[in-house]
Amino acid sequence: MARAVTTNRKMINTAVAWLIGLLIFFPILWTILTSFKTEAQAIADPPIFLFFDWTLENYSVVQERSDYMRFLWNSIFLAGGSTILGLIIAVPAAWSMAFVPSKRTKDILLWMLSTKMLPAVGVLYPIYLLFIQLGLLDSRIGLTIVLMLINLPIIVWMLYTYFKEIPGEILEAARMDGAGLKEELLYILTPMAIPGIASTMLLNFILAWNEAFWTLNLTAVNAAPLTAFIASYSSPEGLFFAKLSAASTMAIAPILILGWFSQKQLVRGLTFGAVK
Amino acid sequence: MATQQSRSAARIMMAPAVFLLLGWMLIPLCMTLFFSFKKYLPLRGDSMANGLEWVGFANYVRFVSSSSFWPSIQTTLIIVGGVLVITIVLGIALAILLDQPMWGQGVVRILVIAPFFVMPTVSALVWKNMFMDPVNGILAHLWKFFGAEPIQWLSQASLPSLVMIVSWQWLPFATLILLTAIQSLDSEQLEAAEMDGAPVHKRFFFIVLPHLARAITIVTLIQTIFLLAIFAEIFVTTGGAFGTKTLSYLIFQRVLESQNVGLGSAGGVYAIILANIVAIFLMRIVGKNLDA
Amino acid sequence: MSIKNALCAATALTLLSAASVHAETITIATVNNGDMIRMQGYTDDFTAKTGHTVEWVTLEENVLRQRVTTDISTKGGAFDIMTIGMYETPIWGANGWLVPLNDLSEEYDAADILPAMAGGLSHDGTLYAAPFYGESSMVMYRTDLMAKAGLEMPDAPTWEFIREAAAAMTDRDNEINGICLRGKAGWGEGGAFITAMSNSFGARWFDMDWNAQFDTEEWANTLNFYKDMMDASGPPGYATNGFNENLSLFQQGKCGMWIDATVAASFVTNPNDSTVADSVGFALAPDTGLGKRSNWLWAWALAIPAGTQKEAAAKEFIEWATSKSYIELVAAKEGWANVPPGARTSLYETPEYQAVPFAKMTLDSILSADPNNSTVEPSPYVGIQFAAIPEFAGIATEVSQEFSAAYAGQQTVEEALAKAQALTNDAMEAAGYR
Repeated sequence: MARAVTTNRKMINTAVAWLIGLLIFFPILWTILTSFKTEAQAIADPPIFLFFDWTLENYSVVQERSDYMRFLWNSIFLAGGSTILGLIIAVPAAWSMAFVPSKRTKDILLWMLSTKMLPAVGVLYPIYLLFIQLGLLDSRIGLTIVLMLINLPIIVWMLYTYFKEIPGEILEAARMDGAGLKEELLYILTPMAIPGIASTMLLNFILAWNEAFWTLNLTAVNAAPLTAFIASYSSPEGLFFAKLSAASTMAIAPILILGWFSQKQLVRGLTFGAVK
Repeated sequence: MATQQSRSAARIMMAPAVFLLLGWMLIPLCMTLFFSFKKYLPLRGDSMANGLEWVGFANYVRFVSSSSFWPSIQTTLIIVGGVLVITIVLGIALAILLDQPMWGQGVVRILVIAPFFVMPTVSALVWKNMFMDPVNGILAHLWKFFGAEPIQWLSQASLPSLVMIVSWQWLPFATLILLTAIQSLDSEQLEAAEMDGAPVHKRFFFIVLPHLARAITIVTLIQTIFLLAIFAEIFVTTGGAFGTKTLSYLIFQRVLESQNVGLGSAGGVYAIILANIVAIFLMRIVGKNLDA
Repeated sequence: MSIKNALCAATALTLLSAASVHAETITIATVNNGDMIRMQGYTDDFTAKTGHTVEWVTLEENVLRQRVTTDISTKGGAFDIMTIGMYETPIWGANGWLVPLNDLSEEYDAADILPAMAGGLSHDGTLYAAPFYGESSMVMYRTDLMAKAGLEMPDAPTWEFIREAAAAMTDRDNEINGICLRGKAGWGEGGAFITAMSNSFGARWFDMDWNAQFDTEEWANTLNFYKDMMDASGPPGYATNGFNENLSLFQQGKCGMWIDATVAASFVTNPNDSTVADSVGFALAPDTGLGKRSNWLWAWALAIPAGTQKEAAAKEFIEWATSKSYIELVAAKEGWANVPPGARTSLYETPEYQAVPFAKMTLDSILSADPNNSTVEPSPYVGIQFAAIPEFAGIATEVSQEFSAAYAGQQTVEEALAKAQALTNDAMEAAGYR
């Protein structure tokens, strides 16, 4: 930016932006704060912000009742597995769409996106019956495949837009030097698209982590991720705001931390080709 | 540049993705179509093994003639449209704000995108219980503090409340995409316009907005896909009461609450048709922006 | 420390018994209610006794229903034991989806199960689910507020008295609402309450030819009475309040009266959670003098889906969880007020339990509920706050959504009833009743 900016203006910007930022973040902050209160303090009137007796009681209650680590591990396995599997399938597809486009490339891309519009609730019975037949009910593998398929269109599309921005001349030069398809893909294209691939992975990981219909309906014990963990705290009998807050904090903390550390990457990569 | 050889290689490389998605689309779709012409009431003992009775288009007729059908279409469109408008308008405003020089830009950005990482179930639960509860919610306390009668959010302003919750979740996504687009804006062009004495609103409408057209298209497309399918937010907050029944929620009621798989499947087919109408509409209106 | 010891003991016993009996791991789907969560804490005791281990799938009520219904109707086999209610059991039993529980052991003493509960959990005289706890509904009221209002609660009040008392106790400036009742949409929430209430006003869901009855004066009276009373003396936003919301309000001292499940009595009198624990009184659910009271009957019960590989182990678990010795275990560890109520006759004959303040009223309420004869005029269905037909859950959820919209003022009572009438008849036609 070459524009000269007065300190005054910068101060106003800062104040406004922080105010709005905190406002948007407030529900999450409040959840985290509430998780350290007692149930009675959680519904105190007027609400208490910081000056309450901080307690870890809710976390120990939650930990005692459910095996958090197992849910966490399943979430990581499902989100990670579906992301990696999705990439393996999507990278070649996106490559061929970006570098060997045909008349139908755009149609195929849009068709892929349209498969995401299938209403999940409408096909629960068919998929459930299918899973029983295949013995995939409550298995991590089955759910990983479903999550991969759900997000595959988005992955293909994101990768396609990144690949398209790689200038074709580089590839031609490589081909002149005798690089085969494999070398081209592995040594030239992929390194250049690393930022794009990284942010694709991130987005897909977040989407898979937060998916709450299939992960709840196709699991029981072995494959149940954090979305199922939350469903056991959502409206029990009695006061529950504090315990719900603790469970919620535990469910979103890992992804929130991951997101924060990688937010620069996400900001840079989430373009979907919107930047020309 | 493409040779015959690379063309066939390209086809082979595309094949896994295409076939998998084709399977993922066709198998459930065919089963849904099959069920939609059958009487399938599992609680009455109907099952695949016993054979299902063919009922023609009865399920289709019944699904549309229900008094909930048209309101559900309307609700779906209001939620999708409302969230789109709010997230795009506020997203542009936020993106412009975040693009300004300030102290602690990185931290503010983190605060703004945080809701995107929160599971829909969790955010619905938090909003419903800790914010919108008419007695113990924060908003009720806030209203009382200013001496006003607390709003009964989820019953008396059910749709706006839902739109608000869902917008909160999707605003970060819109902001992120719009922000990257704004950052790529040529600042010299803006400065030149400023020198020429173009007022702020003119600079916005003639330079910034056209530049954002592509990003807005993408936000619209992706969010529409996700918003048509929202379910957890409704399930947790209102359970479909107070006029918040979307088409996908109505299908849920038919399939799972009424245990009428045939009727629900017919609804599923309608939902697919609606989704495709919206998709075609989107492609026609904004699709030209996609591939320039 | 004690947990560790228990675990060691459990492991040792597991090893011992594993030699003689084949040890299994059973998967149990259950609801996240207080009594079930308590039961999970005692799983070690079961493991120590039998060698079997247990995997719990604990879900919120609505999610649980959706999950187990899908699984059983597709014969998915994801669970070895399901926690279901009095509505599902006879229907699933009739479909042959559940393992009959007619061969439980001698010491289990199946004859000790309260007849009302056993009846509601049977089909054609065969028990298909064992009650973990049972409930009816009753009036819970604040004795201090009643005294302040200069009133005295009779043991068997009328709705007219309840309305007057509610108006007298309401103190909007101090956020005290005379009465808190369920208004939340859902057949098991507000739907259950208004249906039970309508019985006492002489209304019924269907006539003997399965015609919907929402166009009758009785239903209009029920709904108008409810809405007028709640608008005058109920909490703000009552149209979204269910059991849990009202429980919080009552525990915070914001309700004068609350008519709801009898199991709530142990929560509102528990000083750890309730600010009003020492000033709660109980009375039978109200009536209007037509011969039926407005109390319901419900049980959360454990059932085994047909086709499970682990039927024997599952039965052992059910015998353990619903036994007299489980009740004694909880009583010894946490006091008699916290044992699962309403399932066994012997519990109410135990002197220690008779000393619990809500025991008598709970039993009286349960005994006065008759699912086979719940309405003033004859009806073709079994059930008090529901009709035990497969279509009911879907229909009643939609009907209660219309009612909730009326409570919230989005439509009039007449409009809600007209819509309820139309959609019920339509659904019954689709199901082939009419």
